[in-house]
Amino acid sequence: MSVPRYSDFFFLFFLAGILLVGLMFLDTAISGRIDRPLREERRQLVGALSLTDLCLFTEARYTRHPGMADLQTPFQDHPLALEHFPSGSLVAVPAHLRRRTGSDQ
Amino acid sequence: MNAFEKQRYILDLALSSMKRRKGKNIALVAVYTFVLFLLASVLFSADSLKREAALILQDAPEMTIQKLVAGRQDLMPTRYLDSIRQIPGVQSVEPRLWGYYYDALSGANYTLMVNKALNDHQGEILIGAGVSRRTTADGPPPRLQENDLLPFKTYDGSVLTLNVKGLLPTTSELVTADLVLLSEPDFRKIFAFGPDLSTDLILRVRNARELPTIAAKITQLHPDTRPILRQELLRTYEAVFDWRGGVIILVLAGVLFAFVILAWDKATGLSAEEKREIGILKAVGWETSDILLMKFWEGTTISLTAFFVGIVLAYLHVFVAAGVLFEPILKGWSVLYPQFRLTPTVSVYQVATLFFLTVLPYTVATIVPSWRSATIDPDAVMRG
Amino acid sequence: MIQLHAIRKVFNAGRPNEFVAVDGVDLTVDFHGATALKGPSGSGKTTLLSIVGCMARPTSGRITLQDREITSLPERFLTEIRRATFGIIFQQFNLIKGLTLLENVMIPAYPTGEQYASLKKRAMGLLDLLNLGAKAHAKVEWLSGGEAQRTAIARALINNPAILIADEPTAHLDTRLSREFMDIMRQLKQEGKTILIASHDPIVYQSPVIDRVVEMRDGRIIAAGEAP
Repeated sequence: MSVPRYSDFFFLFFLAGILLVGLMFLDTAISGRIDRPLREERRQLVGALSLTDLCLFTEARYTRHPGMADLQTPFQDHPLALEHFPSGSLVAVPAHLRRRTGSDQ
Repeated sequence: MNAFEKQRYILDLALSSMKRRKGKNIALVAVYTFVLFLLASVLFSADSLKREAALILQDAPEMTIQKLVAGRQDLMPTRYLDSIRQIPGVQSVEPRLWGYYYDALSGANYTLMVNKALNDHQGEILIGAGVSRRTTADGPPPRLQENDLLPFKTYDGSVLTLNVKGLLPTTSELVTADLVLLSEPDFRKIFAFGPDLSTDLILRVRNARELPTIAAKITQLHPDTRPILRQELLRTYEAVFDWRGGVIILVLAGVLFAFVILAWDKATGLSAEEKREIGILKAVGWETSDILLMKFWEGTTISLTAFFVGIVLAYLHVFVAAGVLFEPILKGWSVLYPQFRLTPTVSVYQVATLFFLTVLPYTVATIVPSWRSATIDPDAVMRG
Repeated sequence: MIQLHAIRKVFNAGRPNEFVAVDGVDLTVDFHGATALKGPSGSGKTTLLSIVGCMARPTSGRITLQDREITSLPERFLTEIRRATFGIIFQQFNLIKGLTLLENVMIPAYPTGEQYASLKKRAMGLLDLLNLGAKAHAKVEWLSGGEAQRTAIARALINNPAILIADEPTAHLDTRLSREFMDIMRQLKQEGKTILIASHDPIVYQSPVIDRVVEMRDGRIIAAGEAP
């Protein structure tokens, strides 16, 4: 009985790797199909409620609706460009701001 | 001479070599895999969100019209509707009433929005899943359900308590997590809007190609307004996720680069043991090119392992575990996180990019510095 | 046969520590015999041996192998010739630690890309011949001096070379193992191999196996023994 060579393991591993990556693409294709009705649902809701933005950064007006931000606000690339804000990339909301009562933002 | 068999032999020896230095090589693979894992996770998340935004917002209003004063958004006089409605090509124009409400107890911003269907149900609201999950400084209270009450501070100082009539579907959290839908009278009570003011106008057209013309006419009619096209919205989102992904990728690329430098350094400073082995191989008849091939296989083994493991883990992380490590960064520092599962999407482009960014540089970083040691004279072993 | 004409080897030429290891050597080594290079350490035996075995290039002079000049062949061709023609046994054995006996024996043949099955068979055959068959899958670190020596011999024979070169093979061996080594050389000579050994050990150069003794001192040949 021959001892398996190291290169045998390499090939096996390589094949397994390719297989897994292939599965990834398969999963993408399948999930795309499965989620289509969900996406449709969301699309219709967006249409029905006349929404314009994703609900991702709710902390301030120019972040919650980046599509409709003011013309001159911080974190703009260019005065004529619509604006976006690097929320959360660096720093979390300071605790004292969370405890403010009354005023918005 | 069989070229394939020769490569197998060299690979055998390379792996055998690496096995004898197990600890070091395992550490290398671990670090490399981790870096790749982060890089791939960022790539997958940002790309996937971008795609999601583009798909979901396809039915957003084709044009939103804002009124501006001194460059900032101002309330829209509802009478502007009449002149805009007359513009040829316009299918419908409607006022929208929405605004931000800051809930002091939970520290979260809600988006309050008027929904016509609720106008006959004053005192009732529909809330998004994120609102339902709101927490307070003392910890999470029970989730808001149907028939729960939610108090709102109005602009004239009183409190308006509204009844939760239902929850918006959790599958739509990406767009509705922070929404509170309410009737128009309730809205005006909370925000003290005058009866002839709205937040903005939304416009639908018959033919999308006429949008620029219509937008131009609107600015002519009302120079103090700004029309925003749906296309511009989508472009903003593309920019957001590209930019955001970009910063993180920049940082990670820096780490990767540092790692490649480390690999280079390691390869130049071969241990005495490794040098001796190379000397012996040369002495028994291996050429310089054979030695370099061995180094190539060593580098490739490490980087391929890191590549496969890193990518698969990243995929699982982003699409199965909902990107838990990145959530705070990519979704912003909101107090309210929408909870949603991204639809798995990977493209050949992404995988290829990752491959060439990682496997290639590492392999090069391992071979090139080995040149010096590989060209050692075989008789050095005799004399040594 | 191998012929060396006016071979000179200088190390660190032009620098303060310049050293002439081989200083004008003419030598003809016929095939199918056993030659011993005798001389004290520093006499240039090892350097001459490595030049003969195509492991080092002379600073000046010519080498011909079977009337074919090989002095200035590019590395690739030289290596191929060396692989096919010479089997080298080092003083320190120079086996690769952490690998098995079998792997060590097979390694010199790897670059030829020979079929695994046939290569392994041949390697096992050699190990059996040298009574090492049972230990084929043991790691070389665990070998005794004699076993390591025989493994080194097996490795030198894997590519079926015509010429066997050994540099001070008995330096780390006791009398019994030294005699054993010479006995193996006798067997190999009988099979038609050419043997070239550099040694200052009398057990080697006074052995009946040796047909000719070449004496060296200070990089020069002072006595080229009789060819049989």
